Amino acid sequence: MGYVAVKGGTLAIEESLKRIKFERIKQGKVLDVARIEGGMRGLIDQIMSESSLYDETLAALAIKQAEGSPEEAVFLLRAYRSTLPRKHYSRAVHTREMRVERRISASFKDIPGGQILGASVDYSHRLLDFDLMHETDEDAARWLEAFAGERGSLPEAGCPPELMKVMDYLIEQGLMISPVDDNTEPDDVTRRSITFPASRSQKLQVLTRGQIGTVTSLAYAVIRGYGVSHPTVGELRVGRVPVCIDDPLGSGADAEDSYYIGEIKVTEAEMLMSAAVVKEQGGKELSFEIGYGLCYGQNETKAIAMGILDHSLEQGDSRFPTQDQEFVLYHIDSVESTGFMSHLKLPHYVTFQSKMNDVRKTKTTATTPEAEETKEVEELCK
Amino acid sequence: MQINYNFAFFDEGSKREIRRATLKAIAIPGYQVPFASREMPIARGWGTGGLQLTLSLVGRDDIVKVIDQGSDESVNAVSIKKLVQNTTDIRTTDETTQATLIQSRHRVPEIPLRAGQILVLQVPMPEPLRMYEPREAETKKLHAEKEYSGAWLMLFEQIMNYGSMTTGADHPVMVHDRYVMAPSPIPKFDNAKLNASEALILLGAGREKKIYAVPPYTKVVSLDFEDYPFETESFEDRSCRLCGATGVFMDELYDDASGTAYFQCNDTSYCLERMNEQSWREGAESR
Repeated sequence: MGYVAVKGGTLAIEESLKRIKFERIKQGKVLDVARIEGGMRGLIDQIMSESSLYDETLAALAIKQAEGSPEEAVFLLRAYRSTLPRKHYSRAVHTREMRVERRISASFKDIPGGQILGASVDYSHRLLDFDLMHETDEDAARWLEAFAGERGSLPEAGCPPELMKVMDYLIEQGLMISPVDDNTEPDDVTRRSITFPASRSQKLQVLTRGQIGTVTSLAYAVIRGYGVSHPTVGELRVGRVPVCIDDPLGSGADAEDSYYIGEIKVTEAEMLMSAAVVKEQGGKELSFEIGYGLCYGQNETKAIAMGILDHSLEQGDSRFPTQDQEFVLYHIDSVESTGFMSHLKLPHYVTFQSKMNDVRKTKTTATTPEAEETKEVEELCK
Repeated sequence: MQINYNFAFFDEGSKREIRRATLKAIAIPGYQVPFASREMPIARGWGTGGLQLTLSLVGRDDIVKVIDQGSDESVNAVSIKKLVQNTTDIRTTDETTQATLIQSRHRVPEIPLRAGQILVLQVPMPEPLRMYEPREAETKKLHAEKEYSGAWLMLFEQIMNYGSMTTGADHPVMVHDRYVMAPSPIPKFDNAKLNASEALILLGAGREKKIYAVPPYTKVVSLDFEDYPFETESFEDRSCRLCGATGVFMDELYDDASGTAYFQCNDTSYCLERMNEQSWREGAESR
């Protein structure tokens, strides 16, 4: 019994996998995960945010494995996330309890508590620092020592949570209608797929998981002309917020009985937009509305863009794609968009054969009903 | 740090949830059941919907077959099979008759499926009405109201423009006189195999987060008109260059040397089986 071999796929794949490993290590230098974690904060924050998985070490590992490609690293973490049982939901996190590391407002110069610049590249000149080419661990240690000496100590993880919110001031001044707390249990789009019209919590969740580039570009479209709104950064905060879960054995949901399980670093943006409010006699007055952005890590561009899109989606004017829930929310996920792009590389032999058949048919029997009719008429005239 | 994954990759809670959606899909043939599609170790668009169905259903006694556009050895079929095997340690096969669970991208095997088998089809675009209505909220309403004039109109316009229906693969079907369904991009040639199938057919769209089903013995009719009946791809009097089969779906290949096209079975395991049978028979005769 002679078996005919039409094989080869398996072997080819194995060789391809070897090649990708070769590309990663061919220079004989291997990245240390701890060094990635220490020095690639920006990328780690972006990846944790898009993956919706808060773990710096796993993000660093993903970056190593993905050779620094964000879409690939996010993909790895999302797939890992699918294997984790969901044991608890945290209690609502209150950003008023944030230990603030950075906090600015573009609306008011003198905000209560002051502008806290914290760590930011906003005020740097983007000049390549060639000294970094030869920076050593010893250089870093020396600098840290000098920095601590200058200040008396190294900076702590943020100021205590007693900063007033800029929004509170606007409400106090009667410039903004005090928003009513919406305490409905939030939806979780990773457990129940999104439905339309989407709830606010669904929208915010999809936005915060969105690919940074897409979220930014769509928000840019909003402020450039597609659904014009000119927002102002009411308040932008970066800092750490405590996360607590309810006592898994207790029956109630009493805050007193909850467990503190750690803190996460987040960026929060409260964007202010002016909007017309119709008064009782039909006259109009202006008031401020808010667009809300919150994401893991220090991702200021994304948080601001998310705030703009949140407000935009609340408007819901279907003339603008940026106000169309399905247009925005279905297309901003990194894993989904990059996945579908890459699927185009898969063989489409069957589907293409099928299409080819149709194309040929239209060419050989290129007799449209109209053409047929004309032919019939012609024949009758003969 | 070494992490051992659970049997069939997912945690048990996730598998249960996917099965719940699947049961609902079976109860309402042709209806797209939304589910909380998980991210998988393979890319969106590469069969994550099908893979989630497979992994949620697979048990230790199952034998899995994976095909990609007709081929068991296509890179993606190999990759999916490997993932299933690595996370379950169950047996895999190329033979259609041996498999209890067949995951396929865009083909229904040539060998008729039997009762007890499950065919899982990978779906890129589960919404048959998406072509003319981009909004999910709207298409959901159209399905609820069984308002399918758009689907007919779409076919009508194709006939007006080109003289025939030009849907390519994924020609829409009516399931049990109720739901218009995208059969996934299987060629028109395979549409008839969905009708009154003995095997359970499940369709999974990972990126679009939908599961739907054609339970055994369900009526599935391809949309067409009385005067423009549904026609499958035709391979006329072509036969497979390797096994000589006729009346199957073929790949059209191009011979560099002679500059002519030739044909061979698209279903590679079917072709292989026929060739082995032939060589076995020849061997027996010569003995």
